[in-house]
Amino acid sequence: MSEWWTYSLSDFLLFSPRTYYRLFELHNLAVWPWHVLAIVLGLAVLVLWLRGGARQGRTVAIILAACWLFVAWAYLLARYDTINWAASYFVAAFAVEALLLVWTGLIRNRLSLRPARDAAGLAGLCIFVFTLFAWPLVGRLLGRPWLQAEIFGIAPDPTVVATLGVLMAADRTHWELLLIPLLWCAISGATLWAMQSPDALLAPAAALLAFVLACWKTLSRLGQASPA
Amino acid sequence: MAQMLELTRRRLLRGLAATGAAALFRPQLASSQQARVLKKPIPSTGEELPAVGLGSWITFNVGNDPVARDACAQVMGAFFDSGGRLIDSSPMYGSSQKVIGYGLAKLNGPPSLFSADKVWIPSGARGPDQIEASRRFWGVPRFDLLQVHNLLSWEEHLRTLFAMKAAGRLRYVGITTSEGRRHGEVERIMRAQPLDFVQVTYNILDRQVEDRILPLARDRGIGVIVNRPFREGELLRKLERHPLPGWAAEIGCASWAQIILKFIVSHPAVTCAIPATTRVDHVRENMAAATGLLLDEAMRARMIARVEKL
Repeated sequence: MSEWWTYSLSDFLLFSPRTYYRLFELHNLAVWPWHVLAIVLGLAVLVLWLRGGARQGRTVAIILAACWLFVAWAYLLARYDTINWAASYFVAAFAVEALLLVWTGLIRNRLSLRPARDAAGLAGLCIFVFTLFAWPLVGRLLGRPWLQAEIFGIAPDPTVVATLGVLMAADRTHWELLLIPLLWCAISGATLWAMQSPDALLAPAAALLAFVLACWKTLSRLGQASPA
Repeated sequence: MAQMLELTRRRLLRGLAATGAAALFRPQLASSQQARVLKKPIPSTGEELPAVGLGSWITFNVGNDPVARDACAQVMGAFFDSGGRLIDSSPMYGSSQKVIGYGLAKLNGPPSLFSADKVWIPSGARGPDQIEASRRFWGVPRFDLLQVHNLLSWEEHLRTLFAMKAAGRLRYVGITTSEGRRHGEVERIMRAQPLDFVQVTYNILDRQVEDRILPLARDRGIGVIVNRPFREGELLRKLERHPLPGWAAEIGCASWAQIILKFIVSHPAVTCAIPATTRVDHVRENMAAATGLLLDEAMRARMIARVEKL
């Protein structure tokens, strides 16, 4: 792309805010009542998180992977792809993230969540709870109709940010699982910013926190591993 | 006479707004406006085009939303009713081509349509497939105008387009750029290639093309299509905070949008401006700017001075 410096974010915006948010309305109407199952799955993650147990990591990973796949198929491919030709790349990325969750959490059993004992665990838990219960209210508070609510397991942003919450609280840093959620938050934040949506910074803020905590955990681990 | 007709139309519009019966009287209004819409000749053939067309960037990218698709079809219906002809789109504009096709089918394929689309793909070899896909989305037998979008792989695509024109599968060939980018290259292509059209950004504040591109278009007999006349609405949002100048009525303009469009289409090199909108009232307002008289240089200079002060 020549003269790239002359482009602004809005030059890459292909649709109007009205069209973008109408997609959620049409999507919610089309997939209802899967919302109920999505919320139940979110609550299940929360219960497993707080209670622990041998199957915690595997179950959480498979729930999250299912949510990523559902969002990829039902929203990104069936809806978002109709207004954004880049959506097919996002579908692939979401499918890869689902596979990575299955590989890391289910097959290798490497995903283990800590109850909120330290800053990272507490931040992750707070973000997950916020995403599950408060994220659907954000649009309404900003004047958008209930039908356009974005819900965990149904819409991409809350699904991605909830996953970041889980990964923040994981007992080790899974950079391979963080990469796609971090990129999505940057892309989604840029899209909302270009549309001048007041909630544009929500997902990027969660991503920044997850990135900082992941760096901190990695450095702490390296510090513990190095000889005195 | 044109001014008198314009005043009559404005009185009529006010009356319709007051009674809320605009829909009932639309056919009469449309036919009178159709008769008076300003037309400008395409330099390479002399074929006349209404000076205001319809863009589809962002506004027609509504996906499969049935309500929004119907709204776009209504905008297209009002556009044709008002005497409009040229609709412009691109494969880059998401679902816009399919939505235009939906609207055209719903309007039973208006015979006055002047279909303008683009080719936008890095591979020259894949250009014909993309053009064919675009044609199917529109549902037209052939395009009137195809343009190389933002000069992407322009050499290969222009070869394809000129071959299509020679074979009678295309009527006009053009190139596009926007927001002042790559004007040097645009100039070189305009000098070297037998283009029918060039599409550029031009409005009362973005006037870089006045220096070289527009004079060159006149010299070379190339038609000019103007995109982003309202800076995607930003210019109107800025201007609409201010009252209309006293001279607006003198030039037959009842809104800032009409002032901006009248300024653009009054440039002698400009063939057609293509504002995009999602609203029927706006498309009628835009088309009304293509009525009455064109403005002289003195008036256009006065308009620039006024707007630059705001």
